[in-house]
Amino acid sequence: MRFMMLMIPKGYESAVPGTLPDAAGVAAMMRYNEQLQKAGVLLALDGLHPPSMGARVSFEGGKPRVCDGPFAEAKEVLGGYWMIQVKSKEEAIAWASRCPASPNEVIEIRQVQEFADFPPDVQEAAAGLPTMQSQSSA
Amino acid sequence: MTQDAAHKAIEAVFRIESAKIIAGVARMVRDVGLAEELAQDALVAALETWPLDGVPDNPGAWLMTAAKNRALDRLRQRKLHAEKEDELTREIEAQLADAMPAVDADLSDDIGDDLLRLVFIACHPLLSTDARVALTLKLLGGLTTEEIARAFLVPEATIAQRIVRAKRTLAEARVPFEVPGAAERAQRLSSVLEVIYLVFNEGYSATSGGHWVRPTLCEDALRLGRILAQLAADEPEVHGLAALMEIQASRLAARIGPGGEPILLMDQNRARWDQLLIRRGLAALARAEAHGGALGPYALQAAIAACHARAIAAADTDWPRIAALYDALAALTPSPVVELNRAVAVAMAFGPRAGLAIVDALVADESLPEYHLLPSVRGDLLGRLGRNAEACAEFKRAAELTRNERERTLMLERAAACASTIAGAAR
Repeated sequence: MRFMMLMIPKGYESAVPGTLPDAAGVAAMMRYNEQLQKAGVLLALDGLHPPSMGARVSFEGGKPRVCDGPFAEAKEVLGGYWMIQVKSKEEAIAWASRCPASPNEVIEIRQVQEFADFPPDVQEAAAGLPTMQSQSSA
Repeated sequence: MTQDAAHKAIEAVFRIESAKIIAGVARMVRDVGLAEELAQDALVAALETWPLDGVPDNPGAWLMTAAKNRALDRLRQRKLHAEKEDELTREIEAQLADAMPAVDADLSDDIGDDLLRLVFIACHPLLSTDARVALTLKLLGGLTTEEIARAFLVPEATIAQRIVRAKRTLAEARVPFEVPGAAERAQRLSSVLEVIYLVFNEGYSATSGGHWVRPTLCEDALRLGRILAQLAADEPEVHGLAALMEIQASRLAARIGPGGEPILLMDQNRARWDQLLIRRGLAALARAEAHGGALGPYALQAAIAACHARAIAAADTDWPRIAALYDALAALTPSPVVELNRAVAVAMAFGPRAGLAIVDALVADESLPEYHLLPSVRGDLLGRLGRNAEACAEFKRAAELTRNERERTLMLERAAACASTIAGAAR
């Protein structure tokens, strides 16, 4: 089964544009990433620029409305993610526990929905979803 | 946390660590079987103490130290028993001298060489293929005997015995705990790759039982392949195998219909192919090629799989290229199964008649007498040539030969379709 480990760094919601981790932090994280890779569990990973460089599109009232970052109302924002393939949620937790994270960081673990998890009627309704995934990465 | 939850958490940590612990301890005691036993003892100790004292800050190092201390005790005991036999004493003293720094050594992750040694031992040519598979899953995959038994649909006692015997064979032959030298390396590596791919294939198209695929077995093989790609990064075929498995695994979800029935490659909904795995596979294939391994047997098979992965619709498939890759594969590793696959590619590239010629040569050779895919492919080609009566007979024969129930159903359906085409034409 696949899990996303979602990194939520406190304070990142108000980080100025161009904020990047320092060299020491990156070095420690690279050692961790290497462990994940050596163990054969790492599928993908990425870091995200701060919300101040992004935007939110909301749909209140049924119409898209764009709001540039940072987002005053956001208390927790993503800083990045790992996608891992492991045998159990416990194993995902064990891996997350080894992350050299700082005291202001939280890792949320979420299992990835697989197509096969859905009952047949939902699979049919979602039939277009994987199509979009393959086209967007083609 | 409940007792059960605590145990699950500890077992998850152990699964992450067990191969490293076994490898580290095996180097000290020079006996893989004993090393595994000591690793298990460390797990038992963790199950007893962690729920009371809490999980240590570095659980992996805790387990490793616990196992290595037990290994030292064993070596000291052995020394006492062997005191009178000079040669044995000297050997154990040498082991102890080696082992002491190992215990104190940096417990970080740098035990890549020991792991690679363990891989080569578990896949040692002294052992039968079945034994290699079981031992590899146990020692490196971190699977329990029960999990292996369930995956291969055999009684747990059978697997347990297989593993015990394999360990005894290795111990009796005093197989050294080392990475094979240059002279042996290619052959030994191919044994390792064979074992991993066998595990993958058992998951990918189960040879028996009621399920067409067993995805967890594919995941186990993929994990082993990914680990090996890190341990032996200079070996192009290691990347070739990883590429092949990643790309094939990308189709797992598309290979089964809602009722559990198999869906063949050309009929699959390609939108359901896993693009993340395809990207990983293509990257691994590029690594194999960058290491000069484009023409290795696994890299060639991966290149064929990549041709399918790159085709957005079945009709876009570059069949002439696939046929050419099969030509290269057949020249490199001639086998009736490769020849059969080549026949399929040639038929797609140059028409069913060209493919049938290759299949008929295989039939004449009688090299695949009991292989259900031979009549299955022949039936398909005959059907496309409009020879439905012959096609029907071939599909029925394929249904008789396969041991997989899902596949049998599919073959009988195709036979029925041919029969109804004949009936339709007669009407």
